[in-house]
Amino acid sequence: MKNAASGLSTDVDQLWSTRMAAAQAGDRVAYEALLRDCVPQVKRVVGRTGVRPESVDDVTQNVLLTVHLARHTYDPDRSFIAWLNSIAQRRAIDHLRQRGRRELREVFDQARYEAYPDGDATPEGAWVAEGRSQDLRNAVASLSPGQREAVEFLALRQLSLVEAATETGKTKGALKVNLHRALRALRQRFDRPE
Amino acid sequence: MSSVESLDRMIEELGADLAPVRRLRPPAVRAALWLGFMAILSGIMAYFADLPGIAHRLMVTPDMWLAVLGSTLTAGLGAVSAFQLSVPGRGPWWALLPVPSLVTWVAASGMGCLRTWIIPDTHEASMDETRVCFSFIAAVSIPLSMLMVLLIRRAYPLHPNLTAAVGGLAIAAGAATLLNFFHPYDASVTDLAIHLIAISIVVALNQLFTRRGLGPLTPRLLRFGLARRITG
Repeated sequence: MKNAASGLSTDVDQLWSTRMAAAQAGDRVAYEALLRDCVPQVKRVVGRTGVRPESVDDVTQNVLLTVHLARHTYDPDRSFIAWLNSIAQRRAIDHLRQRGRRELREVFDQARYEAYPDGDATPEGAWVAEGRSQDLRNAVASLSPGQREAVEFLALRQLSLVEAATETGKTKGALKVNLHRALRALRQRFDRPE
Repeated sequence: MSSVESLDRMIEELGADLAPVRRLRPPAVRAALWLGFMAILSGIMAYFADLPGIAHRLMVTPDMWLAVLGSTLTAGLGAVSAFQLSVPGRGPWWALLPVPSLVTWVAASGMGCLRTWIIPDTHEASMDETRVCFSFIAAVSIPLSMLMVLLIRRAYPLHPNLTAAVGGLAIAAGAATLLNFFHPYDASVTDLAIHLIAISIVVALNQLFTRRGLGPLTPRLLRFGLARRITG
């Protein structure tokens, strides 16, 4: 049998409902599986509400966050799909309203944007900026290999501690200590009077 | 980062943030708790009120009886409606539930008001009496509002304005119902206007204060520190 509103079978609804009940009890595996399974359904509802294709992913993220914050309100005796769809529709409508307000307030003018003169873009400014970035590169190069690695993965590439630990094969604690020491060394170097 | 990767990463973050939650009590149970509190207040007021006098007054003027019935039903159905609206998955049409009783209440109060014009020697509420009505509605609304906000706070209304407005209506109707214990006369035009002003203030304040806790997504996320961790 199929759910008329979603086109999904009642078995799927039942499965998702069970997973959400497990998630309410703290089962992370069931929760992540549920969220992954929900994504296509959320995108379908969001797209149907009239959200532009380029914004569907942003709204989907908002929907998942709302599901996370509102998970205690789900009653496992009721349809999970109806609960999810109502959140997806609401967040899509919120997005459309925000976009409407923004479009009323802001005007996008490509020609003006391209012709806008940047006051800082002078030959002297470029020279000073280049000098600063060269100083920074030299300073980072002068760090110990461990500290340099921590700066590169955590500060420059903006990886999370878990990702950086996986990439470098070091513990999260070691990475944190190295980053802390590297930042202290850089601070000392740049604070020192010439 | 591609959209699939960013969604995957976000799902992992949400999974990492997962903690067991206490399920929200069903809307009917929360509505019953609120109405139970109102019933306790009624019991206390009935103890001090002139019950035979009230019974006599309601028997001889059917529109007053209708007005009391209308306000009582508006309080009850409004509470059920507000608690239903506070949970995702319940449609906004729940807001229509108290409308018929609201119409009955306003219409019957208007009838009483009309009688003070048509029938000679009918007692019209003085300014002092209407001031008492106003203060009573405002004062009784405070505990009713506090309990309503407390019971709705843990929920997650997708229509925060509508939920707050309907909740405010239930509170105002509840206060107006309790006022009948100490209101031994028909509503005059000024009295009715004062009632409407008091009720509007209660509804507006409720909307203002309740909405702060139920508002748009981003501030709530920032409060949880979740948005920054996920997007940062």
